[in-house]
Amino acid sequence: MRPKLVARKVCVTKGGVHILDGVDLEVAPGRFVALIGPSGAGKSTLLQVLAGLEVPDTGVVEKDGVSLTCPGLVAYMPQSDLLLPWRSVVANVSLGLEATGTPKRTARERATGALKRFGLEEFAQASPVALSGGMRSRVALLRTALLGRDTLLLDEPFGALDALTRRVLQEWLIGVRDELAATIVLVTHDVDEALLLADRVVVLTDRPARVALDLPVNLKRPRTMKLETTEDFVQLKAQLLKALGVLG
Amino acid sequence: MRRALPAALLAFSVLLGWELIVRLLDIPAFLLPGPVAVAEAFWKSRGLLLEHAVPTAGEALVGFFCAAVAGILFGLLINRSSLAERSLYPWLVVSQTLPIIAVAPILVTWFGYGPAPKVMVVTLFCFFPITVATVDGLRDIDPDLIRLMRSFSASRWRTFWMVEVPGVLPFLFGGVRLAVTYCVIGAVIGEWVGSSEGLGFLMIQDKAQFEIPRPRLFAEIALLSVMGVSLFLFVALTQRFLAPWTLKRDR
Repeated sequence: MRPKLVARKVCVTKGGVHILDGVDLEVAPGRFVALIGPSGAGKSTLLQVLAGLEVPDTGVVEKDGVSLTCPGLVAYMPQSDLLLPWRSVVANVSLGLEATGTPKRTARERATGALKRFGLEEFAQASPVALSGGMRSRVALLRTALLGRDTLLLDEPFGALDALTRRVLQEWLIGVRDELAATIVLVTHDVDEALLLADRVVVLTDRPARVALDLPVNLKRPRTMKLETTEDFVQLKAQLLKALGVLG
Repeated sequence: MRRALPAALLAFSVLLGWELIVRLLDIPAFLLPGPVAVAEAFWKSRGLLLEHAVPTAGEALVGFFCAAVAGILFGLLINRSSLAERSLYPWLVVSQTLPIIAVAPILVTWFGYGPAPKVMVVTLFCFFPITVATVDGLRDIDPDLIRLMRSFSASRWRTFWMVEVPGVLPFLFGGVRLAVTYCVIGAVIGEWVGSSEGLGFLMIQDKAQFEIPRPRLFAEIALLSVMGVSLFLFVALTQRFLAPWTLKRDR
């Protein structure tokens, strides 16, 4: 099967700093890949390259076999939720559709529908300022998903949350995974999160980043937090920590 | 209403104290008239005062409007072009260091006694805070937000209207509130230098004469202040109506 998303020998230098040094990545359709690496390694840069937001100095990025050189083909969720305080929750969710020229009414209707499907309709008219961190993340994810693009790139979507809320959101993401029906690339610095959510974990080295390890995660689904105490999980975790260089 | 109470109480006590001091120390009216005398003077000349308030308010408003348009345009230009920032911005700063009271007579010589030079003085006096606010506000917009809009493949025009315009409002309203308090002063300065109508003109007249018009001079000052405060309140109300989120502490 043709891969959904391919990066081949991607090199990026920004402001004289060599960030990506020939990164290769292939993501099969419908798979969930987690990218982990030391902080500042260039995970976000790689994601922006995959989103078409950043043009690599050398190397190519392809989506469905076609070279990807401009944004707009995949859905991208940046690190902070970036909810607009002047828009209600439903208007924030519909932002992406409105930005691409969908008539406002249609966009709002679809956003309302999405909020209902994800069980958030009671917050539709609220201001995002009034929401908790966890709710804000859900709304931001919904905004990304509503674009209906078949590939989601998520840059540490739960990075700013406290440990407990993060757990809840991870469970939530597992729960809505089928609803999203998309190929997902998730950047995280949390090894547990990567193993819990992904079909494959790709470890990047420190800057300039290369792929240090490409680890399939063959843990059974549906996954729950309970998984984290099993031996298989712990073994995979040890491999990842070793590749990250934090475990001897 | 209840929030205005402390300010009203303070004003009342100051006026009361002022009246008492004037009466107890028997201060002559040409030095310092008491508030009661000022109010009397206002009431006696109310027709004349309001008649002259109209051109002053007009000049202040038109000048303020021009300042807002010019300020926002300069701000946009400086934000969009680094060439404009390096060439234009320093000269805008220089324009603010010119003593307006010295520039005004030149403008009157060039453009006559009509309202035009007053409007120019007001514009010159008011545009700068609006320019600075626009520049700072646009600079403050999260680059990640612009990147998010790019990831949607939004056009620059949509990004401008959906993100940059609302995003600049908190700063812009700060600048506008500052500018609107200056505009009445600007109009009066313009009128002082050369005019045949307006509260500034009337003040010059009253100042030149002795004795009788002194309380009226104070009434004119009070009227100008009322004008300035009304404009400020109008801007504050507009902000509450147009951009309520800018008033929340946690935006």
